[in-house]
Amino acid sequence: MAEFILRVSNLHKTYGDLEVLKGVSLDVQQGEVLVIIGPSGTGKSTLLRCINLLTRPDQGQIWVDGEEITAPHADINGIRAKVGMVFQDFNLFTHMTVLDNVMTGPVKVKKMPQEQAHELALFELGRVDLVDKASSYPGQLSGGQKQRAAIARALAMNPKVMLFDEPTSALDPELIGEVLEVMKTLAREHMTMLVVTHEMGFAKEVSNRILFMEKGNIVEEGPPAQLFYHPQRQRTREFLGKITELYGEAEK
Amino acid sequence: MEGLTDFWNMVWPELGQGLGVTLQLSASALAIGLVIGLPTALARVYGQRWLRALATAYVDLLRGTPLLVQLFFIYYGLADPNIGQLFANVGLPKSLLVLSPLTAALLALGLNSGAYQAEYFRGAIQAIGSGQMLAARALGMSRLQAIVTVIMPQALRLAIAPWSNEAAYMVKYTSVVYVLGLTNPDLFGAAKRIMSTHYNQMVMLPFVGSIYLVVVLCITWVMSKLETRLRIPGLEMEVERV
Ligand SMILES: Nc1ncnc2c1ncn2[C@@H]1O[C@H](COP(=O)(O)OP(=O)(O)OP(=O)(O)O)[C@@H](O)[C@H]1O
Ligand SMILES: [Mg+2]
Repeated sequence: MAEFILRVSNLHKTYGDLEVLKGVSLDVQQGEVLVIIGPSGTGKSTLLRCINLLTRPDQGQIWVDGEEITAPHADINGIRAKVGMVFQDFNLFTHMTVLDNVMTGPVKVKKMPQEQAHELALFELGRVDLVDKASSYPGQLSGGQKQRAAIARALAMNPKVMLFDEPTSALDPELIGEVLEVMKTLAREHMTMLVVTHEMGFAKEVSNRILFMEKGNIVEEGPPAQLFYHPQRQRTREFLGKITELYGEAEK
Repeated sequence: MEGLTDFWNMVWPELGQGLGVTLQLSASALAIGLVIGLPTALARVYGQRWLRALATAYVDLLRGTPLLVQLFFIYYGLADPNIGQLFANVGLPKSLLVLSPLTAALLALGLNSGAYQAEYFRGAIQAIGSGQMLAARALGMSRLQAIVTVIMPQALRLAIAPWSNEAAYMVKYTSVVYVLGLTNPDLFGAAKRIMSTHYNQMVMLPFVGSIYLVVVLCITWVMSKLETRLRIPGLEMEVERV
């Protein structure tokens, strides 16, 4: 078990009488990059939100870094600090400069001294190539820059796992590339990542596994080559066909 | 010209004092309203169900009834001997609810302003949207930490414009307290006294009205300066206020 940085076992979540997750299980090794695809309303976001407890699962267990986060008295805020989350619409703190956005997690949550957090923030901004925007406000950035700042903010917590929920879906097409570049670099640095995305170029290039979710279940998973060229199920083939049509063939 | 000086010398000492009372009343009532309004807004947005209900009831009650009714209720209504007896029965001093005109005025204006301010702050908090709260929680901040570091600094900035309206209203609303006959009258109370002895309405009312006007314009100016100073690019009311 220790070799898995993230384990999800038999996860269930129901909203009213809509069962959104129907027993999802998942084992992720340190450094793995998983891409999650599937039709709208299938529970992809819900799955990610469960992994940092922004949503409480009804049933099932989740371990992060050997610690069961679904245990009754688990330190929720401590767990969230270990799991980075990047949102579709960035959710940067509007009133803080980019630098403060990145610093605030370490300072408020980890009680890191200001100077150390400042240095750390500059380092993380360097990783996403945004040092020159450190003193800008989010309102002064392009969408791509915003998302890169949001990635730096999550990285500053030194997370064990990074969750990306459609990180490029709100971006103009010409800004998608710069965000994907940052994510690819992270993948090459062996960051463990779960990425919900339609960007199949990214999936082909850096993911270890693609998970196809439908109606609350993972219906098929495998390495990109297998899913793209030898899918086991008709539905997977159809869906991949559809997103390739909509979002284009893998770039390159 | 001489008439003007005479007029000034005749009315200003009393009106000046009245203006002082009006400004003090306004400032105190706004402060009380702030102390009540901000927690009430937080309770309405983030509170448990019962706390939300309580806060909503307070806001609806105070916004839904005339200020004058509230003022009379607090000054005359609470002083009712039967209520005093109720208090005496449970061992509280009978005179507890017999308020001086000034206390009653402050209480009524403060409670009333609290309800309006709660609505302004609530609008500002809700304009921020839930995404930033989510992001703060995802970083590992507690709800309280998120409110203090992420929500409040933005909400307070967004509330400056509506709050300056409230301040302007308050300065004018204080004029209703003349009905209680304060020992040191407010601006309008002082004007009433002068009108009953020296000058007629057609002179006094425009004059006293323009004093209110100058005060309100000053407040509006100062608040808009403050707003500009604290402005952050991209931080604006995205949701229309109702
Ligand atoms: N807080 C909530 N309350 C009620 N229903 C919810 C809530 N969150 C999600 N749902 C419902 O759960 C279902 C799954 O939602 P989820 O956001 O996980 O889907 P998704 O796979 O991420 O879809 P999309 O591709 O559109 O983002 C949807 O039908 C959604 O309406
Ligand atoms: Mg989603």
